[in-house]
Amino acid sequence: MTLSTPLSTAHPSPEPTPTDAPDAAPVQKRLPLVLLLGYAVVLLGGLMMLAPFYFMFVFATHTNSEILSFPPPLWFGSAFLDNITELIKALPYFWNNLGWSAYVALAVTALNLFFCSLAGYAFALLDFRGRERLFGAVMATMLLPSFVGLVPTVLTMSWLGWMNEHRALIVPGACGALGIFMMRQYISSAVPKELIEAARMDGCSEFGIFLRIVWPLITPALGTLGLITFISSWNNFMGPLVILRDMDRYTVPMALRALQGTGQTQWGAICAGAAVAVIPLLLIFVMASRRLIDGLTAGAVKS
Amino acid sequence: MKTTMSTWRQPRKWAPYLFVSPFFILFGVFGLFPLVFSIYLSLHSWDPAAGLAAMEWVGFENYLYALQSDDWLRASLYNTFWMALVSGLPQHLLAMPLAYFLHSAFGRWRNAVVGAYFLPFITSSVAISLVFSTLFSRDFGVVNAVLASLKDMPLLGALMPASNIDWAQPQYTKWMISFVVFWRYVGWNVVLYLSAIQTIPKDVLEAAVMDGANSWQKFVHVVLPLLKPMAFFAVTLTIIGNLQLFEEPFILTNGTGGIDQAGKTAAMHMYSVAFTDGDFGTASAIAWLLFMLIAAATWFNNRLLGQRD
Repeated sequence: MTLSTPLSTAHPSPEPTPTDAPDAAPVQKRLPLVLLLGYAVVLLGGLMMLAPFYFMFVFATHTNSEILSFPPPLWFGSAFLDNITELIKALPYFWNNLGWSAYVALAVTALNLFFCSLAGYAFALLDFRGRERLFGAVMATMLLPSFVGLVPTVLTMSWLGWMNEHRALIVPGACGALGIFMMRQYISSAVPKELIEAARMDGCSEFGIFLRIVWPLITPALGTLGLITFISSWNNFMGPLVILRDMDRYTVPMALRALQGTGQTQWGAICAGAAVAVIPLLLIFVMASRRLIDGLTAGAVKS
Repeated sequence: MKTTMSTWRQPRKWAPYLFVSPFFILFGVFGLFPLVFSIYLSLHSWDPAAGLAAMEWVGFENYLYALQSDDWLRASLYNTFWMALVSGLPQHLLAMPLAYFLHSAFGRWRNAVVGAYFLPFITSSVAISLVFSTLFSRDFGVVNAVLASLKDMPLLGALMPASNIDWAQPQYTKWMISFVVFWRYVGWNVVLYLSAIQTIPKDVLEAAVMDGANSWQKFVHVVLPLLKPMAFFAVTLTIIGNLQLFEEPFILTNGTGGIDQAGKTAAMHMYSVAFTDGDFGTASAIAWLLFMLIAAATWFNNRLLGQRD
């Protein structure tokens, strides 16, 4: 699998770009050489960005002795299944680890979609005393660096009896401040307040309004938030590092980390494992990179 | 006239509070409580194995110990700031012109090129750091192979090392980690600056062209000043993120910090004081010292870039 193919077809570029024409045309006339150089440098940089992924896939298909030769292999080999076998030998629970990663990420995502949109709806469209202050408090929590609470969080989890339990990774992350912010922004622009009033007149319950009126209108934002939440949970390393103790309960990043350091390092197996961990992210990226970028930068532009 | 009680019987009065309560309950238990407890811990000497009763009030002794006698803290803070600067500054110096260039280049291929730069940001830092430790290996790594092939080139060749670099040696560890961090986050900054450039009204740029400004002058005199608010935001994110750097150095140095702990960051030091040495009190004090440094750095950035003109 090469990266260039899916990437180039992944961006049908839905928004029209003719607006760039007045910008680009005079540049092209005046500085063709400088412009060409610019294109070359930027493309070279782009290749450098993709190169580690390329080598990850190439090495995942080569035996250790092939990788350990100089110069290193530059094209795909045939040892992928051997590397997976090697990986399973080193990490007997690798499929469990994948399952746990998926379970944790999906649970965190589902909970965030529900709780963040519910709170975002209240902050966007409902009137209640202290609304602005409470929302300010939600935003302020984003400024707190997570590592400060790391040590006492571990103590809290052990008092709750949640050490080595996946719920210690799911429950604390079930309703993120960033998600509430994104949902509030989207709901206040996409859901007319009159619609809420009308539904209330018709006798719809408060929760019923959210479920039947608001929820169907915000599916695009739910999709974006879902992807962002899934990715960050899938990649989470700090949490599992201090919570999970047994190898059969590890998530994928923890399992990969366990490959390091013991005896002769099996680079082929490590790259195969890394590839398995990265493939779901690449698929998400290929399908929805524009959406991810827009979702992640939306808040930044407004602030 | 209704009483307060009867208004509270109306669902529309209390429903909003119910709807926003999950966040506050979860934050209270898993966010606020640990933070407050962390302050309490930092003022105590405690061996967690001996139970809660063994906690002993020591005042600011943990802070004083960390500042005065903990040589590794000082070394790790130096490493943290070194890598934060070496990986962070080029991100922004490159991302701004790059975003400007991408804004008017590549036409329908622009999203693909931006995507290539952005991809590292969303991939697992553990997986990709493991791949990088292969790429940076001394005898068969791709990075050394590339450097060796550049040796034959004119001009550039003179700058290349004579023999393969052993990236695990202390004088190179920080460069290696900084490169990986740069690689992971430069695209994120490109995307941020690009989204800011896209909000600049077209007629502002066109007016500059009318006045005879070339592309570079337009960038320096029109675009850069308008990018200042976004630069403030993006640099703030970089400062906060880089000063608590953990995952990339942790994986690239196999959890050890590398030879002479040359790649050990302050967050890694806190982690090992807490979970290797079992000294939760000192670890909490270190966490708050680092928090204060981050706050100071953000404040400094606010003075530098955050002023509204």
